[in-house]
Amino acid sequence: MSPLKASEAQLFYANLLNRLTLIGFALLVIAFLVYISGLLGSYVPLAQVPSYWTQSSHHYLQSAKITPGWSWLSHLNYGDFMVYIPITILAGVTIVCYLGVIFKFMKTKEYILVGIAILEVLVLSAAASGILQTGGH
Amino acid sequence: MGNQQTYFKRATLVLVMLAAFGLWLWIMGGTALGAANPGGQGSSLPWWAWVIILFVMTFAMGIVAVLGGVGGGVIFVPIVSGFFPFHLDFVRCAGLLVALSGALSAGPGLLRVGMADLRLALPTALIASAASIVGALMGLALPANVVQISLGVTILGIVAIMLLAKKSEYPEVKESDNKESDKLAQMLGIHGTYTDFSTHQDVQWKVHRSPIGFGLFVIIGIMAGMFGLGAGWANVPVLNLLMGAPLKVSVATSKFLLSITDTSAAWIYINSGAMLPLIVVPSLIGVMLGSWVGVPILTRTKPTIIRYIVIALLLFAGARALLKGFGI
Repeated sequence: MSPLKASEAQLFYANLLNRLTLIGFALLVIAFLVYISGLLGSYVPLAQVPSYWTQSSHHYLQSAKITPGWSWLSHLNYGDFMVYIPITILAGVTIVCYLGVIFKFMKTKEYILVGIAILEVLVLSAAASGILQTGGH
Repeated sequence: MGNQQTYFKRATLVLVMLAAFGLWLWIMGGTALGAANPGGQGSSLPWWAWVIILFVMTFAMGIVAVLGGVGGGVIFVPIVSGFFPFHLDFVRCAGLLVALSGALSAGPGLLRVGMADLRLALPTALIASAASIVGALMGLALPANVVQISLGVTILGIVAIMLLAKKSEYPEVKESDNKESDKLAQMLGIHGTYTDFSTHQDVQWKVHRSPIGFGLFVIIGIMAGMFGLGAGWANVPVLNLLMGAPLKVSVATSKFLLSITDTSAAWIYINSGAMLPLIVVPSLIGVMLGSWVGVPILTRTKPTIIRYIVIALLLFAGARALLKGFGI
């Protein structure tokens, strides 16, 4: 009995997803331990975080003077922003997997699926870019 | 006699869980008031105490979610937003990342054995992920009490779906249905074969009514993004009952779909400053560990009882969200 009924593209997607997810989870645990241990220091002091989490994210950004989007990249020397790295990996693995699978579908000349996968990459990239934001409430 | 013993064991399990939940509510009483009053102090507990409480609670939620056959996100958002002092923005972001992590962990295995189907997931994910961006933007723009009330109504709706929706192991997809109404599914090559390990048989499947099914994923995506709930509760009935995919394919594809749908919504929340590591990471690890512990327990308990406990919890959390939305 062969359990493998998946296409080559599907298996490729599964294997890539597995590797990247494992890396993401491992880094998440390490980064969080670094953050709460205070090894790197925090941009927002740990003791002050509870005073922000009862308010909206918009209020948090304003009060803590944090620029939304990808500005955290310039603050990676702080433990709280270092946690963004594994979170970005976990939220980004799907985009990488889709990019990979596009080439698999091109090889098998499944052009409709190529089109759908390209559109999905565009949608996810737009979401990840930080262009799409609201003014908050 | 044996039946009586089993009955008492189950009843004890239910009572212990309800007592634990009651004790938790009692302990959380003060913070629940803080949560109902956004902008308030919330609690005098230090940050590390919240991390521990959140980890323990989400660990328990992970176990209950597996035993109840629901995703982590659908339990996480109503309970944490109802009884913890965190603003809904942070809870929804954490809820999406919890659901996303579960989907990322389960995805590779489900894809490899052919239970989750990439061809079925591709078009539905595209629609749902685009819609979930709209939902997330709406959720962040609307006043918190409006979102809270809508969340309460949605949770109560989910309870109704869980109680009333039927499931079909192998829905019948007639050839005539397929020809007339589903050129789209044929064009996209949405069909497949998987090995059912319980019967040791290869199951061939196809779908029908895909235009209507795809249309419903617009609504599912918006709700997933707006409330940060994940969307397995809605994906499965649409894939299984409407589109005619076998139940196992529907459940597995739905789980995999969350890794795409929740990604787009999660990015909107992350880029809007709603990702607080002190809330996200303990929740994520707690639910994941709880799920791992829950799987072996699942083989020794009767899921029906746990499912009713999950329904009771959601009923309670839905009512709580409604009251909180109305400022009561």
